[in-house]
Amino acid sequence: MTEKYIIKQLSIFSENKAGKLAAIAKIFLDTGVSIQAFNIAEANNFGVVRAIVDKPEIAFNEFAKQNYALQYTDVLAIKMKDVPGGLYEVANLLGGLGINIEYAYAFRTGAYGALIVKVTNPRAAAQKIIDAGLELLPAKDYNF
Amino acid sequence: MPYYNEKIETMPKPELVKLQYQELKKLVTRLYGTSAFYHKKMDETGVKPADIASISDITKLPFMKKTDLRDNYPDGLVCVPHEDLVRYHVSSGTTGKPTVVAYTKNDIELWSECVARSLTSCGIGRKDVLQVCYGYGLFTGGLGLHYGGEKVGATVIPASTGNSERQIELIQDLKTTCIACTPSYFIHLIDVAKKMNIDFKKDTLLRTAVLGAEPWTDAMRQYIYEQSGVVAHNIFGTSEISGPMFTDCSELNGMHICGDIAFTEIIDQNTGESLPPGEKGELTITVLKKEAIPMIRYRIGDITSILEGDCPCGRTSPRIDRLQGRVDDMLIIRGINVFPSAIEHALLKNSYLTSHFMIEVFRTGPLDDLLVKVELKPDAMTDSINGLMEMQMHTERVLRDALNVSVKIELCPPNSLPRFEGKAKRVIDHRVI
Repeated sequence: MTEKYIIKQLSIFSENKAGKLAAIAKIFLDTGVSIQAFNIAEANNFGVVRAIVDKPEIAFNEFAKQNYALQYTDVLAIKMKDVPGGLYEVANLLGGLGINIEYAYAFRTGAYGALIVKVTNPRAAAQKIIDAGLELLPAKDYNF
Repeated sequence: MPYYNEKIETMPKPELVKLQYQELKKLVTRLYGTSAFYHKKMDETGVKPADIASISDITKLPFMKKTDLRDNYPDGLVCVPHEDLVRYHVSSGTTGKPTVVAYTKNDIELWSECVARSLTSCGIGRKDVLQVCYGYGLFTGGLGLHYGGEKVGATVIPASTGNSERQIELIQDLKTTCIACTPSYFIHLIDVAKKMNIDFKKDTLLRTAVLGAEPWTDAMRQYIYEQSGVVAHNIFGTSEISGPMFTDCSELNGMHICGDIAFTEIIDQNTGESLPPGEKGELTITVLKKEAIPMIRYRIGDITSILEGDCPCGRTSPRIDRLQGRVDDMLIIRGINVFPSAIEHALLKNSYLTSHFMIEVFRTGPLDDLLVKVELKPDAMTDSINGLMEMQMHTERVLRDALNVSVKIELCPPNSLPRFEGKAKRVIDHRVI
């Protein structure tokens, strides 16, 4: 029953070079896929572009067709109050539940913010988070 | 002491030729009787030991190549009982399997004597302190210079490679007078010493360097002398013939290939024909007295020529010019021989990579950097930066272990590296030497 909260993030391998992000963004443009949240993690000479989009399958197929190395990664989006202490409330609660955040990034829309988190076991974590009284944003709001 | 073994080193040429013939005859007869490999090779060529009636008959004998060592890995070419072996050295081969060289006690003795003669010809002797900054271990550089240095009675410091500031401290504190390393590493040491406010000319007793294992030039020799007051000698050798063996003498005019130990030929790399002195071709050496793995007409792959005329030093053995390139695509990285085919083979072991790669060699400072660009397989993608970094580091370890030299890996997206139709050009060498 936590399945609806599992968000399929795209993780795309990219060289750390000028123009590479534009090439990736162009594929989203050409496929008419809208980006909801976005982040780049970089290591020495490469990076991983992480994106949550409205039509992940369409984007995934086009990237694969163009020989990109990419995969889906299951992440959760935790609703945060858009007030001072909003992040503290979420982070403190996850800490208390013993849920380790591998990485996270945030976005804000209208009245509230959301923290995208990558955790080791997202389904079990989703249940714990809901049980503890926080709100998860369902995947359909982001992916479709 | 100008000579280590005066009688042999200054032997009149006709006598030397006679001695070379006698040694070759003994060697061929022994090999025909004890080496299945060479027996077969001679039969295929249609030559018998009886056909060797003078040293010039050596051209009747078949060549040996590095691939012979690979194809007979690890010990198919050893033609003495195993209990007679006292050492192995190992270098990376052309494809996957390394090249193994074995030595008997006499082989080590012969090699050491050869290095001792060479060091003596560079003016190195009992009063000297020799710092050996070649790698010790499987590579022949360290132990080769070490044994030769001890043989001439020098005080040897087995410093091995790396830790440049420490090397300079040792040069100062232990009053090092001679150093053995690669030319690029010595130039690096000059730079490091400058940063430490140490002037080799004023602050150390260092006066002689024995440099080799990679190509260098007379301009570098001049630069080294101007910057450090050190006279740099060139040393040549390769593990298949034992290791580093031959240097130029105090005349600094070509490396003497001790005639009683090795017979030198320069051949046309395409036809195999012997070329006369003065003409450039592929260096081919027969080690006349090696026991464990004798090498007959071994095609080393380096391009050089035999220098004409007698050397004023009085040594009668032939001299070869500086090495002027390779007949194959072998790279020399910080003194270590690296074949692109060995890189390709080592990369095959990594299931997360495609089979495409590119090799780039730089010399940004004085030292070489080897960069290998590899492609991630699409299905090996992971969202974890740590996972990707681990793939990169694992590939670096695999290559370092296979090649004995450190490699920087750049992980590239699938299909991003060049594809070749026909002969692949995977190496871009940016070095200017």
